[in-house]
Amino acid sequence: MSLLQLDNLSVTFGNFRAVDNISYKVEEGEVLGIVGESGSGKSVSSLSIMGLIDFHGKVSADQLTFDDQDLQAMPEKQRRKLTGSDIAMIFQDPMTSLNPCFTVGYQIMEALKTHQGGSKKELKTRAIELLTQVGIPAPESRLNNYPHQLSGGMSQRVMIAMSIACDPRLLIADEPTTALDVTIQAQIIDLLIDLQRKKQMGLVLITHDLALVAEVAHRVIVMYAGQIVESGPASEVFSTPKHPYTQALLASLPESAAGKARLDALPGVVPGQYDRPVGCLLSPRCPYATDHCRNVAPMNQGDLDRQVKCHTPLDKEGRPAA
Amino acid sequence: MSHTDNQLILKAENLKQHYHVKQGFFKPDAVVKAVDGISFNLEKGKTLAVVGESGCGKSTLGRMLTMIETPTEGRLAHLGEDLLTLSKDAQAKLRQKIQIIFQNPYGSLNPRKKIGAILEEPLVINTKLSKAERKEKALAIMAKVGLKTEHYERYPHMFSGGQRQRIAIARGLMLDPNVIVADEPVSALDVSVQAQVLNLMMDLQQEFGLSYVFISHDLSVVEHIADDVMVMYLGKVVEQGSREQLFNNPQHPYTLALLSSTPQLSPEKRRVRIKLEGELPSPLNPPSGCAFHGRCRYANDRCRSETPVLRLNHANEQEKDHLIACHAVEENRIEPLKEQVA
Repeated sequence: MSLLQLDNLSVTFGNFRAVDNISYKVEEGEVLGIVGESGSGKSVSSLSIMGLIDFHGKVSADQLTFDDQDLQAMPEKQRRKLTGSDIAMIFQDPMTSLNPCFTVGYQIMEALKTHQGGSKKELKTRAIELLTQVGIPAPESRLNNYPHQLSGGMSQRVMIAMSIACDPRLLIADEPTTALDVTIQAQIIDLLIDLQRKKQMGLVLITHDLALVAEVAHRVIVMYAGQIVESGPASEVFSTPKHPYTQALLASLPESAAGKARLDALPGVVPGQYDRPVGCLLSPRCPYATDHCRNVAPMNQGDLDRQVKCHTPLDKEGRPAA
Repeated sequence: MSHTDNQLILKAENLKQHYHVKQGFFKPDAVVKAVDGISFNLEKGKTLAVVGESGCGKSTLGRMLTMIETPTEGRLAHLGEDLLTLSKDAQAKLRQKIQIIFQNPYGSLNPRKKIGAILEEPLVINTKLSKAERKEKALAIMAKVGLKTEHYERYPHMFSGGQRQRIAIARGLMLDPNVIVADEPVSALDVSVQAQVLNLMMDLQQEFGLSYVFISHDLSVVEHIADDVMVMYLGKVVEQGSREQLFNNPQHPYTLALLSSTPQLSPEKRRVRIKLEGELPSPLNPPSGCAFHGRCRYANDRCRSETPVLRLNHANEQEKDHLIACHAVEENRIEPLKEQVA
């Protein structure tokens, strides 16, 4: 039984399909990386799991279960109880996710009070404990700080403290280190992975940094224009990509070009609402596209463990199959 | 135009930018040393990369080089002419030769102007070209950076991030500059678009013999594009050298930490991470001695009291212009980076 399982999840805003029939699962104690460029639907899909898509967006799925509980069927109140306690989320920009009008302590205790209750004194001890856990020095005095008094790295630590306050079993981290410097990024990722191991949480790490995912994730999902184009064990996907898009992403990284050689850049941009191709969504940018690709949308090939959405998946040498 | 001659385009000597910050009515002003004594030589057709975390003064350096801000001290020479002692008129002329590209292409283009007007503005201000000549020039540059003729009449909001950065680059090229200061030009872009823009910048460098000052925090991009690299920490350069010296034989503990913290795609390239405790100290109240000592695992009493100077530490031929500011390197106490064992 998986911790989180989604089957054919779609999110539409009016006529626009931000997330287009995606399926994946997260096991307990697993780190799942979701990579993709901006506009690929990685954030929207995770917001829909949290139930945070507001009224003009429509979420539909054949299956959306957390720990065998159907998230779509359960009453709003019960779902609200799950969000923030059993499923928690960390957002990209720590500076804007914290409320500037309240102290850090107040905001952490608010999360605790909503989900667990307890006396003021108990809440305070627990908040101090949490801040210690995320490596904030002098936690007692930090409780009375306002967000503007903290640096970016500190704020992200506070966000992590809030998200793990109720011992979640699934943690969704949406670009948790994008706004931070590399040395601070290393600190925050170490902290997240450390907590994830200790608590055996499922961790969904959403990022556009391929190298970061390659280092920490067990399995990885590559998204393009709202669809999952490839998924599988991280080491396999990055060493022998089967989808041309994954191959192109890896080739466009500066580190994959020797010296000052030109980078293999994928031409063009991600299709938007009005220029969605008929067949395969990558076909206008794909070097291997045939007429068949341009007219017929490909289906998923392989099982959930190693899947690719392409008519001619690449072989071990990186060439399309005939 | 030959690109092989080592013509010195830009020379900076001991550049400083100190800001005075009011502390209150009765307290004396505090001094923030945003940039504190930086020297470099930039040759024609070369790229100098400036690396460091936020708050280390790399953007301030870029603003000084383009004379958006006047340095409080130091010398800055373009083709041998001192930029800082010239008259206002002469300065304005020289300023055309050093252009800047900003980080965020969503903020650096005026949303109320068409692309044509944005590109022609530098010409309107600085040249006496006629309207037709200006348009011709704008279209020529647009073609160079991969924009189409019909884009001339469009507004910035109609473009994607990568295309906007192309527009910003085109604007920088309008006055035939010798030097382009690029302040994090690709950090707001997705990887595939980032590769397109980096390719474009390298093509333009080849074609026009441009020199770049490339400000970035992304070491993998820097390793790809730079000829020389300068690592900054709290307003000072801690290590300076060629790309090969810096990436193959890094010495300063801060450089080592930066390199080991950068995630690597291929497992062979991963190195044992050097954990840095804490964050960049406040520039209002910098630590005594070496600014890095609070986060450095090699720090001793000498590091805490005596400020290290940027100097040569090895006499051999390969290392002849590899400068490092560190007591521990001088005393041979540094362990090299180790490969990560899977």
